[in-house]
Amino acid sequence: MRRILAVARKETRHILRDPRSLAVAIAMPLIMVVLYGYAIDMELKRLTVAFLDLDRTPASSELQMEITSSNFITPVQAIPNRSEIESGFRRGMFRAVVVIPEGYSEKLATSLESPVQILIDGADGSTAAVVDNYLNAAIARINRKLASEAFGVETLPIEARTRILFNPQLISAHFVVPGLVALVLVMICALLTSIAIARERETGTLEQMLTSPVAPAQVIVGKVLPYIVIGAIDAALILAVGRFVFDVPMNGSWFVLAGYTILYIIISLGLGLLISTFAKTQQVAMIAALMGTLLPTLILSGFLFATSSMPFMLRQISKLIPATYYLRIIRGLMLKGQLWFPFETVALVTLGTVILSVAIFRFKERLD
Amino acid sequence: MTLNHSHSSNLAVVAKDLTRCFGNFTAVDNLQLEVSRGEIFGFLGANGAGKTTAIRMFCGLLKPTSGEAWVDGLPISRDSEKIKRRIGYMSQRFSLYDDLLIEENANFFGGVYGLSKKEIELRIAEQFERLGLTKQKRTLTSELPLGFKQRLALACAMMHRPRLLFLDEPTGGVDPIARREFWDLIYETAEDGATVFVTTHYMDEAEYCSRVSIMKDGKIVALGVPAELKRKHGTQTMEDLFLKLVGVSGESGESVE
Ligand SMILES: Nc1ncnc2c1ncn2[C@@H]1O[C@H](COP(=O)(O)OP(=O)(O)OP(=O)(O)O)[C@@H](O)[C@H]1O
Ligand SMILES: [Mg+2]
Repeated sequence: MRRILAVARKETRHILRDPRSLAVAIAMPLIMVVLYGYAIDMELKRLTVAFLDLDRTPASSELQMEITSSNFITPVQAIPNRSEIESGFRRGMFRAVVVIPEGYSEKLATSLESPVQILIDGADGSTAAVVDNYLNAAIARINRKLASEAFGVETLPIEARTRILFNPQLISAHFVVPGLVALVLVMICALLTSIAIARERETGTLEQMLTSPVAPAQVIVGKVLPYIVIGAIDAALILAVGRFVFDVPMNGSWFVLAGYTILYIIISLGLGLLISTFAKTQQVAMIAALMGTLLPTLILSGFLFATSSMPFMLRQISKLIPATYYLRIIRGLMLKGQLWFPFETVALVTLGTVILSVAIFRFKERLD
Repeated sequence: MTLNHSHSSNLAVVAKDLTRCFGNFTAVDNLQLEVSRGEIFGFLGANGAGKTTAIRMFCGLLKPTSGEAWVDGLPISRDSEKIKRRIGYMSQRFSLYDDLLIEENANFFGGVYGLSKKEIELRIAEQFERLGLTKQKRTLTSELPLGFKQRLALACAMMHRPRLLFLDEPTGGVDPIARREFWDLIYETAEDGATVFVTTHYMDEAEYCSRVSIMKDGKIVALGVPAELKRKHGTQTMEDLFLKLVGVSGESGESVE
């Protein structure tokens, strides 16, 4: 313990003595969240959808969940009755309303034919078309799922698959802010750790340290402790901006989020450690850490593009990226109020264990 | 592995058939060596002879390809953790933290050696006084002249009062006066009962050692007390002896690298 603390204290001194890097580590996430947040928010406070659920059954809430799970649709407060629809449209509270009529689930169960009404604000024609498209795509997805459950077939005879291209900005700030937490954490943590370890290797201080009885595991733990703190500060800053500037809701529990965030930070640090075992110099470590985290997280984790609409191969790769699962968790928690993530938890813990064990194994191997 | 224990117990370093290869290049080739406690042992050899590689094996930083060595009576293959508690190592390249104060560097190494806060303070006061570093305690390490950096490295390697010190070219690159002063410190350390295992390229320094070995291409080509070695090979100075045995010149000591 004494040894771990000695390493951690020393690492903290390095960080504090290099205010420029510290500023980058703290300021970069803030700049990113403000830029992204505003750019997207402007475009988009508009793709809001409200539900009028007259059925109030598990099936009807499942339908709501499916629709809102699309990255492009932001649910707003549910409407209690029909009379509120028009005033809501007039006040611009939502762009569309999905009305689930009474008896929806019963009809679905008995005849497999159950109408749902969609009302769209046509004042802005192009947005109306976009909303229409997204809602239809969401419903088509649900149909496919129901059909496969009922008939055991994966595909329907004819099926229109609409994809909207060239318009990735159609994501709302509510989706981007949690995504940024996932992106920034993995990037900063992997970057800082891999550079810190590569530097010690480069200057020979790692070897000097290892002539003492300190164990490699103690070195690793001591070195990453301060970066866990930096990661936590970054996450807190982004979430604070999201909450107070962009009104990102927190429908789940901060407590649960904190737990998963720490887990995710630790995995990200492990990734940094792993990268450092391949990199000979600080520069290589830096480039590898950026390339290895930024692009995959942006493109493959579901941050910008929904994983469900990816080609098969990319979808398989996305399953190997920790951010994919963390993203589902943080979005689920904040936007949907979901609290229970058995699959994602298992996936994260498994990925983390593999990454950390390989990293530690390679770290020890490289000492020779 | 047949070495008996009573024999090895008054030996600080023993190497038996110690070998280390990198790929198909043999850096240390069947090294045989015995260094007694309390010696100042000069481990000489030309560039690339394998000195650093051998020391790194003694310190547990590198595994031998074959053979065995005992440090303070403990086999390096099994007891490297225990060995690490008993030795101090000063690497060939200055490897402390430039962005820390010199006191913080010493503090850190005290910490990884597992000393308590009190012990660390005590040792820093003691050592900095002895090594003439007290005034610079709060200086940034990067601002120290090389000679002082080397003293700091020695202080860090000795935080835990090791019984055995491995110094790999501790005086490389500094002027003769600084080297002389550093050697005074080495003598003091040896007088306190520690064994000093030191490499150098300066042949005047070799004269200060109680015994030396000269290494070439991973093998020891001469071993003994400097005066006897010179007599045996009929040379006037260590410089000439080195030239004769290794075929290249060591540093005479006057020149500064
Ligand atoms: N990690 C390594 N991988 C490959 N070759 C190595 C490695 N370490 C050392 N060598 C080679 O082993 C040989 C011996 O190196 P070593 O550093 O032990 O020599 P040395 O006697 O300490 O030389 P110097 O006086 O220059 O410090 C050199 O030819 C070196 O290139
Ligand atoms: Mg060397």
